[in-house]
Amino acid sequence: MKIIVAIKQVPERDARIRIDTAAKWIDLTDVEFMMNESDAYALEEALQLKEAHGGEVVVLSAGPERVGKTIREALAKGADRCIHIQSDDLANFDALGVARLLAAAIKDEQADLILTGLQSDDLGLGQTGVIMAELLSLPHASLILKIEKTDKGIKVLRELEDGWFQHLELPTPALLTIQSGNSKLRYATLMGIKKAKTKEVRVIAPADLGAEQSGRVVTLEHVVLPHKQRTTQILTGTPAEAAAKLVEKLQFEVRAI
Amino acid sequence: MSSVLVFLEIKNLEISRISLEALAAGHALAASLSLPVDVAVVANPSHPLLATISGKAPRTVFAIDNPLLHQYTQEGYSEAYRQLVQKTGATYVILPHTYQVRDFAPRLATKFNEVLISDVTGFETAEGAGPVFVRQLLQGKLNATYSHTGSGPCFVSIQAGAFRADEPAGGETTVEPFEPKLDAAQIFTRPGEPFRQSAQTVDLSSAPILVSVGRGIKEEANLSIVQELATALGAELSASRPICDNGWLPMERQVGSSGQTVAPKIYFAIGISGAIQHLVGMKGSQCIVAINKDENAPIFEVADYGIVGDLFEVVPALTAAVRKAKS
Repeated sequence: MKIIVAIKQVPERDARIRIDTAAKWIDLTDVEFMMNESDAYALEEALQLKEAHGGEVVVLSAGPERVGKTIREALAKGADRCIHIQSDDLANFDALGVARLLAAAIKDEQADLILTGLQSDDLGLGQTGVIMAELLSLPHASLILKIEKTDKGIKVLRELEDGWFQHLELPTPALLTIQSGNSKLRYATLMGIKKAKTKEVRVIAPADLGAEQSGRVVTLEHVVLPHKQRTTQILTGTPAEAAAKLVEKLQFEVRAI
Repeated sequence: MSSVLVFLEIKNLEISRISLEALAAGHALAASLSLPVDVAVVANPSHPLLATISGKAPRTVFAIDNPLLHQYTQEGYSEAYRQLVQKTGATYVILPHTYQVRDFAPRLATKFNEVLISDVTGFETAEGAGPVFVRQLLQGKLNATYSHTGSGPCFVSIQAGAFRADEPAGGETTVEPFEPKLDAAQIFTRPGEPFRQSAQTVDLSSAPILVSVGRGIKEEANLSIVQELATALGAELSASRPICDNGWLPMERQVGSSGQTVAPKIYFAIGISGAIQHLVGMKGSQCIVAINKDENAPIFEVADYGIVGDLFEVVPALTAAVRKAKS
């Protein structure tokens, strides 16, 4: 099985949120980055399928040079090689523009399966994978927890709302967007980290993929810090003092304990 | 031909609440742009629900009917909706942000070389300019406004709870059957029947107090400190998704869009930052208490009471204070 996993590098979960001077995004000075969480689960599913059925796992990522760190992490965990679409101005592309880059970079790969996380933890559009499927004319299924290989293709477990699930069968090649939580994520081994240094990372520029930037159909205008929906009474003091104040409020104002 | 077209979902023999919220959003948008509203739903044209679409009456109710749509597939829905959007010439297409919409709507928009503006919480209109849509970034820590700059229809999905469903107001509507041309050979996915993994043994929705724990607890072994607080309060223990993903608590104790929706008298959010997916499951709680080390965590936007501090110090102190108050 040849599996491509699209991975995005995103700001770390606890990154300090300061709006940048253009009010288009957060100030990335001193911000650490990490592999997008559901993409990490997509990688894990891909590695397990390779272990069970053989084949190759190819990582696909787009972003500036710093994305190399996340790519090396994926290679250290066991991916075989990587395609890195290197660009400093991906913010000028909308989701369709980014999906076009990703699709163009892998169209000649003849993969059996393309996996992405279900959404990014930064922009949270939750669409890049599904758009890629449409661009590549592939069937897709979203919010997938489990993948089994069958004679004709794959059988997957899809998460629905409110604790409901569903099985689906798809022919391959197909694209799946992966929900977090099915497997425990592996750590890179020392051997893996060493081997990653020798693995192929093919760097390509958006221009090499024939991407034009003119076709943007949705534009992020500006970002602001959210305003509060409720007035929060912050209880201060030592932990014991704050706890005592809270219990008093819950007893005499909320009257629920 | 300009119009706002709202797609509704029928779930459990009802037009779903989130669909009615999307309809309210569609009406609000249409009013600000002086456009008519049409709605569409996959149903037999004689379906009794179509006559009872509540809220302000839409101009036309399109009943999309084809045997290939009796079971949901992304291929069937995205193609059927493409044909209807094309037929109506709608300028705005509004959808409820459900798991189903997330599955097919990006494909639908791509067929028009457009991008779905997903999970929208509101919109603003200004004189002489198109509307801008508000959505959340970085799991709720940032709001962003997006404008539509394409030449085709503008596709927007509406977050659960972002708009209030209109009260029924009566008015005449016309139900118009729409039979899309679909080809069984173009449907590749074979869906099975939905099922529940296991019988629910806890019903979080009936608990008067919930103590909910998130990533801030760091390790499974630390769960005992929140369990002690729950016991002292006579509360049920619940969690945000990462805790259940890690297998530290069973999935049935998960609150949020992929778990249960709850509205207890008191909801304690402990070490939970408050990602949108969690907030939609609990923001209807009567009283929300947040304990978090990060004063900028989005959970404080919905909390009534907050303690900014180390949960490993605050929670045991709170347990002691509750025990003292109850003794």
